[in-house]
Amino acid sequence: MNRREFAKLMGVSAVALSGIPLGVTRAVGQTKGGTLNTIIQPEPPILVTALNQQQPTLTLGGKIYESLLRYGFDLKPMPGLAKSWEVSPDGMTYTFKLFPNITFHDGHPLTSEDVVFSMTKVLLETHARARGVFGRIEKAEAPDPLTVVFKLKTPFAPFLGALDCTTAPILPKHIYEGTDYRKNPANAQAIGSGPFKLKEWVKGSHVHLVRHEGYYRPGEPYLDEIIYRIIPDSASRSVALEQGAVQLTQWTDIESFDVARLSKLPNYEVSTKGYEFFAPHQWLELNNRTKPMDDKRFRQAIAYAIDRKALLQRIYFNIGKLATGPISSKTRFFEKNLKTYDYSVDKAKALLDEMGLKPGADGKRVTLKYLVPPYGESYQRTGEFVRQMLGRVGIDIQLENTDVAGWADKCSNWDYDMTMNLVYQFGDPALGVSRTYISSNIKKGILFSNTAGYSNPEVDRLFEEAAVATSDDKRQELYTAVQKILIEDMPVVWMLEAEYPNFIDKRLKNVLSTAIGVHETFGSVSFG
Amino acid sequence: MTMMSIDAKGSRFIAVALAIFGWLVKFVAVVLIIATFNFILVHAAPGDPAQVIAGQSGGSDEKLLSQIRAEYGLDKPYAVQLATYLGRILSFDLGYSYRQQRSVASLIGERVPATLLLTATSFILALLTGIILGTLAGVRAGKWSDTLLTVVSLLLYATPVFWLGLMLVLLFSVQLDWLPAFGYVTIGVPMTAFERMRDILWHLILPASSLAAVYLAIYARLMRSSVVEVTHQDFIKTARAKGLKQGRIIIRHILRNAMLPIVTVAGMQAGALVGGAVVIETVFAWPGLGRLIYDALLQRDYPVLLGVFLVMSVLVIVLNLLTDAIYRVIDPRVSARAAS
Repeated sequence: MNRREFAKLMGVSAVALSGIPLGVTRAVGQTKGGTLNTIIQPEPPILVTALNQQQPTLTLGGKIYESLLRYGFDLKPMPGLAKSWEVSPDGMTYTFKLFPNITFHDGHPLTSEDVVFSMTKVLLETHARARGVFGRIEKAEAPDPLTVVFKLKTPFAPFLGALDCTTAPILPKHIYEGTDYRKNPANAQAIGSGPFKLKEWVKGSHVHLVRHEGYYRPGEPYLDEIIYRIIPDSASRSVALEQGAVQLTQWTDIESFDVARLSKLPNYEVSTKGYEFFAPHQWLELNNRTKPMDDKRFRQAIAYAIDRKALLQRIYFNIGKLATGPISSKTRFFEKNLKTYDYSVDKAKALLDEMGLKPGADGKRVTLKYLVPPYGESYQRTGEFVRQMLGRVGIDIQLENTDVAGWADKCSNWDYDMTMNLVYQFGDPALGVSRTYISSNIKKGILFSNTAGYSNPEVDRLFEEAAVATSDDKRQELYTAVQKILIEDMPVVWMLEAEYPNFIDKRLKNVLSTAIGVHETFGSVSFG
Repeated sequence: MTMMSIDAKGSRFIAVALAIFGWLVKFVAVVLIIATFNFILVHAAPGDPAQVIAGQSGGSDEKLLSQIRAEYGLDKPYAVQLATYLGRILSFDLGYSYRQQRSVASLIGERVPATLLLTATSFILALLTGIILGTLAGVRAGKWSDTLLTVVSLLLYATPVFWLGLMLVLLFSVQLDWLPAFGYVTIGVPMTAFERMRDILWHLILPASSLAAVYLAIYARLMRSSVVEVTHQDFIKTARAKGLKQGRIIIRHILRNAMLPIVTVAGMQAGALVGGAVVIETVFAWPGLGRLIYDALLQRDYPVLLGVFLVMSVLVIVLNLLTDAIYRVIDPRVSARAAS
């Protein structure tokens, strides 16, 4: 007896219990219709991605708010709202041509005015990451409804790489102009131009999106609706997947230790693609201001002392990749032929001895605190793993636990010895890498700045030149040089290029098509 | 005569009015003290909402932090923040959640039905079963059925509630596929009001039974010992000697007297009903108040956190009063003592 038969016996409507998408019809090539059930956790506070950039907001908001460009897995730009674009030879002027007939969910047409307004007014006010890029725009113009021209103050090569929907979502000017953006009552309706619009949000339960009939791409969206269920407990999320109640999971929905077991389910494929733009880079952050971590030999010793292959296997069950330096292999300008630190207890001990950091009577050379990031079970296990590995070379680690607010507070105010950090690279070293190492970004109280306090004028110079250089060859040369120095200095100990398993129902098509994966619009996603 | 009785009536009226007034003053004072404690407690935790948002956005700068801190009023001195907060409470304003862009009252209001449904169902379930099982065990004290009931209730009491919940899900949802594993209603399917009600009840079974299990154990154990104690009192012997039937003795004499400790404990726990059940709500993805509090705590959403705390404290005070009233109904001695 299954649930439906049991339900019938108990007099409960069987229709109400069936999880099969209703009303699926076949069109040419791709199937039209159907309901995609998936998970969102933790619950986003609001859905307007221009106002809040917490991870779940971006995942869900990607369906509602679109941007000028999309990016392939190799981070090459592809048409978004803009069907074509041009960059002037001096790298100062960017011209975009929009697709015709784009409309917002309220029926208003989306024009170049909305683009200029969003990128040079709203986002500068509300989006910390976008401020760093669009603050470089000197003049933005909308010569006709389908043309946008940006003139930069100085050349900035990564500009063309920062127009995805998590960085540059386009808002309706007619709703937001002249208002307090954060307090605009329209925020509750989340009006964008994406293929899906908000139908209902039952707090604590689910967010229900339905198709935007006026979407500009012919045939899209294929799905009728998407339901994001809020399931806070990881064991319950695994059950939801096993039962087929959801057809897609993303990020940390499924904990790494459950992946091997659930991968055996016959109706899902598992892919770690679609995080290339973020390229989350995980490292052991060492407070460079504290002794003995101010000595690069100590930092190198730690790099030798931790068996990162074992970490990847035992804690992350081989989901991820070993990190070799400051730039992820998924980000542009990664250099692979550089010094590596392979696991060696002897080399680690030799370096520590050379520093004069001899073990005491109890075998301990030094005792340091390790602040465990509160981002899930894997971080706890990683902390315990690091404590064990460093214990073997005489570095005594004391684990300290806290919650997100406590971690962010301590980390950003330099109140820690060691912690694990995970930082997004956003496709270009000038956007997501340099911020961790340049001296001008040592800012107390600011998270994801140069919190370790590393400072090297040569590194500062190289990063600065690379950001404004216009040719890719020149940029590669500069970034290779900076990677060489950083790998020698080891300001932080790079651990892993984090990856996340997406479980995708085998009937689904086109779920992962760009470098932002599950954050994409999902207009082209379909059942079969 | 007439004059005197009017005088007596008048003075009694004044006495009652004074009592109510005195009680109201105490009530307001207690609420304000609790609110102040809540405020201090909530702000004592490290970090603030600005840092949480930065920590989950992958990027941050001075402007972001100062914007958010200004929104929450965190840029003002603590004393000013506290004064503003207390002033708002006195004007019955629970505040505004900048994070969720909603008033705290509406955030709490929309969670209350789901919460009460879950907690009240399990409370009543636990209370009824606990009293019945405890009485059965108590009157059979020392026999094998008593031992069995004691062992089972001890086991339930010692079982972590999340584990029990997950095991029930594994059995009834994953293995047997009889009951839904999570959520409070089937989403995205058109239903009539009646179908919807049935559907919600259907989703309620697992979380309510898991939550009831723990409380059931408490009530059963308490009821058992209370029944055992009362059974040995003289008036029960008298009742037996009178030749009353066992059933009548249990219901009229033992139960009524043995109930008092249960009412005390139940009254205290009823206050927690509104707070929801964080663990069970999390395991079963039940959209209740418990999760609202938990999320608000993690996000340092101070207005929501303080709002829920306040509502809960007021309810605890009110429920304590209610418990006292029930006492008087069950045990006339209490009101007699209070009168003298």
